[in-house]
Amino acid sequence: MAEELLEARDVSVDFRIKGTYQTALAGVNLTIDRGQVLALVGESGSGKSTFAMSIMGLHNPELTKVTGSIQLNGEELIGLTEEQYDQYRGNSVGMIFQDPLSSLNPLMRIGEQIAEAITVHNGKAQSVSEHVLNLLTEVGIPDSDRVAKQYPHELSGGMRQRVMIAMALANEPDLIIADEPTTALDAVIQSQILDLIKKIQQKKGAGVLLITHNLDVVAEIADEVAVMYAGQIVEKAPVERLFNNPKHPYTRSLLRADPENVQAGGELYAIPGTVPSLSEMDHHKDLFLQRVPWLDQKLVDADVADTLTEIEPDHYVRGTAWQDFAFPDEQEIEGQS
Amino acid sequence: MAKTILRRILIMLPQLILVSLLIFMLAQLMPGDPFYGNLNPNSDPATIERMRHAAGLDLPWYEQYIRWVEHIFQGDFGTSYTVNRGWSVTRVIGSRIWPTLSMGVIAVILTYLLAISQALLAARHENKWIDRALVVWNTLTSAVPSFVFYFVMMVLFVYLLPLFPSSGTGIEDGQSFIVNFFNNLRYAFLPALTIALFSTNSIFQYLRSNLLDQQAQDYVRTARAKGVSMKLVFRKHILRNAFLPIASGIGYSITGVLGGAIFAETIFGYPGIGALFVQALTGRDYTIITALMLLQGTLSLLGGLLSDIISAWVDPRIRVK
Repeated sequence: MAEELLEARDVSVDFRIKGTYQTALAGVNLTIDRGQVLALVGESGSGKSTFAMSIMGLHNPELTKVTGSIQLNGEELIGLTEEQYDQYRGNSVGMIFQDPLSSLNPLMRIGEQIAEAITVHNGKAQSVSEHVLNLLTEVGIPDSDRVAKQYPHELSGGMRQRVMIAMALANEPDLIIADEPTTALDAVIQSQILDLIKKIQQKKGAGVLLITHNLDVVAEIADEVAVMYAGQIVEKAPVERLFNNPKHPYTRSLLRADPENVQAGGELYAIPGTVPSLSEMDHHKDLFLQRVPWLDQKLVDADVADTLTEIEPDHYVRGTAWQDFAFPDEQEIEGQS
Repeated sequence: MAKTILRRILIMLPQLILVSLLIFMLAQLMPGDPFYGNLNPNSDPATIERMRHAAGLDLPWYEQYIRWVEHIFQGDFGTSYTVNRGWSVTRVIGSRIWPTLSMGVIAVILTYLLAISQALLAARHENKWIDRALVVWNTLTSAVPSFVFYFVMMVLFVYLLPLFPSSGTGIEDGQSFIVNFFNNLRYAFLPALTIALFSTNSIFQYLRSNLLDQQAQDYVRTARAKGVSMKLVFRKHILRNAFLPIASGIGYSITGVLGGAIFAETIFGYPGIGALFVQALTGRDYTIITALMLLQGTLSLLGGLLSDIISAWVDPRIRVK
């Protein structure tokens, strides 16, 4: 049995918007084992980053209410004071962000920015600069003494993302959160960065929470996938099973909308509509069904429990709509046979 | 860095030539010549012609321009006609430069101190009453013409509560430098403080919105994710980034000091460069006017240069490779 690293139970996040609290994340349950890569997928606005920020404790406390339980190595994170949180951010959890240019301080040398991650937890020591150079070498940056003296704008996008990774790894965290780590990069650099994350994760045995809307990225490095829609998990399964046997209508639509899955001459499927705004989210329903125009209105309006059902070992799906769900062209084929 | 500065100076040279040409042209456009008002109306036209010839005024404009520039390079800006009749322009300006400098330096320092502390206070308490009060105050001071406030300060601190002298610079010929320096401070302080109090708006607004803006930047989130406390993030990351746009204005502020403050000097009866400019204009003292305009133009260019140097020094992205 794998060792459990992160356990999130019933995590909800409410944002205060114009005086009233609106639910952005509704009762999320997720676990990440040591040495496991869990991919959290979903389109923009589905709550992936909101979940990551709850683990990091980086929501604005005046405008956000986080409830439930998030345990890392058995220690509860929700309810920690800012000072306690500072001790563990960057130390037990390292985070890699999406846009490495805006995520680095433009006025600070690369070396200084990495060194800061080390000194803030370990105090100033002479060995810090050596440690910085080792980290840079480890993430595949040649010529590390020169790069350490450079500023972010002097590096390429791929190099900057390597720097971000070096920074996240500085204190050998148990958990690495990568929030869309390759979105701002071109395809070649993208797979280099993914390889790097995978390599480091295997070497250190850390757990990884990978947030992405790119299914190819998921296929490349994830062990397990959780699909999120409108602040709720709708399906969770090991990666091969999810790709080979997707159940939830949302998962199936996402896979169908992936350009990689279009047959020659076929048309790319586009999911109609967008994620509803926070004020329109009724989390007692399966919200994605609103975006399936051919579905029976009764099914769309039906209340659905927010727990997932295990339909086969390790494969969890929300609700029952998946049992009757089919795309229009599939229905025709069924009708003919 | 040295390259950036060198390149910037090279760009400045043609600008300087253009400014001097413009000023010379404007002076040429002004009606009459320096002898106009100073001669007996019954003078023999031939005598006038001879004097014009002696002064080189019958030469084509470009030769006159070259002569003018030559004289300037020799430090000769001509002679004052009305303000201090018979004095050389350099002497007239020289006598005014120290009071203007002392008042200007104090004013600039106080302006930045006041504006920065107001902005820090406002940004820390965003949308609280103190923030709103500071925003309203600064908008008010920039909306109402400054001389209105100058009169108010004059009435308050010279008339009702006589803490400061009403006019003059406190500088006397024959006194030692030290005595003049300290006497002058007493005279310079009120106008300087007054200028500072009512000219914080642009620095305040810039810095306040930068501070708020920078707090929401991605690199702040990264620093927080590293485990750096908010206090430290503010000191090490946000402050410096928020100060960038301010830095580019500092050069102009510094060189602007020598340009004098026309309203403040006139209202507080403080005879510096600003007051001199008004006197020269009303007295049609062309040599002084052109010299001051040239000084003003050069200072603006130098201010730009200084601002660029400061910007390149604080922002690595601007440095030219």
